[in-house]
Amino acid sequence: MTTVTGAVTEAPATTVPEPARRTSPYPYWFILPGGVIFTVFFLVPSVMAFWFSLTRWTLFDQEFIGLDNYVQFFREPALSSGLRHTLVYAVTTSGLKVVLGMALAVLLTGPILGRGFMRSVAFFPVLVSTIGVGLTFQILMHPTRGVINQALDLIGITGPAWLVDPDWALLSVAFVDVWQGVGLATVIYMAGILSIPGEYFEAAKMDGAGAWHRFRNITLPLAKPATVSVILLSLIGGLRKFDLIWAMTKGGPGFTSDVMASVIYKQYQAGFYGLSTAGNVVLFLLVILIALPLFWFFNRRDDQ
Amino acid sequence: MRFGAAVLLAGALSLSACSAGSLGSSDDQAGGKIQITFLTNNDPANVKVADAVIAAFEAANTDVDVKLDTRPQGSEGDNLVKTRLSTGDMADVFEYNSGSLLQAIAPSTNLTPVTGESWVGDLDETFKKVVSSGTEVYGSPWQTISGGGILYNRPLYAKLGLQPPKTWADFMANNARIKAAGTAPVAQTYSDTWTSQILVLADFHNVSAADPGFADEYTANQAKYATTPAALAGFQHLEELKKAGYWNDDYASAKYNEGLAAVAQGTAAHYPMITFAVTAIETAAPGKTNDVGFFALPGTDASRNGATLWEPSGIYIPKSTQGDKLTAAKKFQAFLASPAGCAAQASATSLGGPFAVKTCELPDDVATSVKDLSTYVDAGTASPALEFLSPIKGPALEQITVEVGSGIRPAADGAKLYDEDVKKQAQQLGLQGW
Repeated sequence: MTTVTGAVTEAPATTVPEPARRTSPYPYWFILPGGVIFTVFFLVPSVMAFWFSLTRWTLFDQEFIGLDNYVQFFREPALSSGLRHTLVYAVTTSGLKVVLGMALAVLLTGPILGRGFMRSVAFFPVLVSTIGVGLTFQILMHPTRGVINQALDLIGITGPAWLVDPDWALLSVAFVDVWQGVGLATVIYMAGILSIPGEYFEAAKMDGAGAWHRFRNITLPLAKPATVSVILLSLIGGLRKFDLIWAMTKGGPGFTSDVMASVIYKQYQAGFYGLSTAGNVVLFLLVILIALPLFWFFNRRDDQ
Repeated sequence: MRFGAAVLLAGALSLSACSAGSLGSSDDQAGGKIQITFLTNNDPANVKVADAVIAAFEAANTDVDVKLDTRPQGSEGDNLVKTRLSTGDMADVFEYNSGSLLQAIAPSTNLTPVTGESWVGDLDETFKKVVSSGTEVYGSPWQTISGGGILYNRPLYAKLGLQPPKTWADFMANNARIKAAGTAPVAQTYSDTWTSQILVLADFHNVSAADPGFADEYTANQAKYATTPAALAGFQHLEELKKAGYWNDDYASAKYNEGLAAVAQGTAAHYPMITFAVTAIETAAPGKTNDVGFFALPGTDASRNGATLWEPSGIYIPKSTQGDKLTAAKKFQAFLASPAGCAAQASATSLGGPFAVKTCELPDDVATSVKDLSTYVDAGTASPALEFLSPIKGPALEQITVEVGSGIRPAADGAKLYDEDVKKQAQQLGLQGW
């Protein structure tokens, strides 16, 4: 507590020379309710999470064990493969969402019939419950009774076993994730494309630029802020993805579609509460470690 | 932190559920009846048994009103039980696992010991051990003992002139003939991952026959699956059957009830399973229950072959139950250790094996597979599974056995990985030597 009050009393002293500092237009009592909510529901749980990650916690009692949970977590056999799967999953879904999102956005900003309706249709999957989507696709992707393989059979292709084939399980879930999430990428891209002034396209047309050139040299560079948003959002989403994977494969068969979040959840399920809390801290750091440099990199390039 | 939040939320939800219940407690005494709540898992067959037991109990104890409350099965339910116990919000009497999982809810802190009750003397000795912690006994039995081994299709065995095997070599010979006859020798159902563990877990009678000290040495971190040949055998059997192509074609996507239907209808000859499945067989393949027989998992030595037993779960009373409710809860607990309690359970379900209460008799009309199991029990060639002898069971066994059985991971590697997995459990329980 002493350090906290110390920091508070010191703070005004260091900020006095900076006249640009914004002061709150409200008295303290006015922001108190927000402060209480923030403290009780956000600050205290976060601090507690860091504390519990240093203990062996059974819910009934806790024993301080220092960094042992972290050591244990990094020794977790499923973790190294889980980490690799997480990265594969995040990069695959993010990449596909960029490409498909752009393609769909070009289509849906073009002169097509029932454009408003088509745009809603592309966005619908985003609104559906992820667990519902997962369970539905689990049935559609059944190796023999699923609609997908039955359809492939009709045209003479023997489809893979999708969710129960160790080589396909993770990719199958990633495909469903792309299907479900591409609508959001499309909307972001549509906003990006629609904000490009029409004169550029007209001028390029006058100069004889073909469709590909107009896309490559006008749409793509000018929609870059949209691309940055899509990559960041889908990458972070992919890194911490859990619900869809759990609904579809529970990390299986075996450990072949286990990602960070499902490894952590399994520790929690098994009653290793301290260990799973440590895992969450690690996941939190990992997301920051990947997302922050990316964010910084894209924004710096943007300024030039 | 997301899951930490989930725990908090679950806690908050059960807390609010509690206050609603406590608000209602003002009329607990209404009509002179004491109202108690009984918490058990929400499996429909289980709920049916609970209803029958409650009805019989209330008929015999007119001053008590028992309210049924249910929870999810599996680890989700485990977490709910732990959360409710740690917040002092447990039902007045509840059903929960015996053996290794009981130790994880810290019985000495959370449960009311019942060592001095008269019915404790009627309990089967092994069962008494698995509901005890330290010197105290905490529970009475819920449902019956069941046996792990191989369920087999009897008409198919008769047609091919086969005998239930006692050694692994005989079993493989049977499998070869079954495959030659065009039937899948062994059903596996990896869509329900827990079913993949039976070939390893139900082999334990053979492990302890070969190495009687294994359970204790295992608990003390001295014996390992990977380095004890008898224990490693379970993992090797999975690998061997997979390599021989003896699984059903859809083993990766099949579910538990499909496995039961397959062995009951004869589309698969064997299904490694525990006899508590008899209730589910009747649903999966109506009218075929008595086509299914049972034999213990074959081992290396025919003379020491035997069945591995799964003890019933227990009925416990949390320390939070006090006063009149405690008296009523104790009556309910005692009821389940009495012949009347056994009869009530037998009336509502197909029994999966013998009762853990000495004063209860198994009726004559039990399923064939249960009769087969009783032969082992009566002959004394049956012993408890490892999870009832040691507090350690690794949480990832089912994923590991799926990997070994699917050919993703070699048997030796799988056993080694499982040895790593149990280390966490041992440390969490604070055992010596880890």
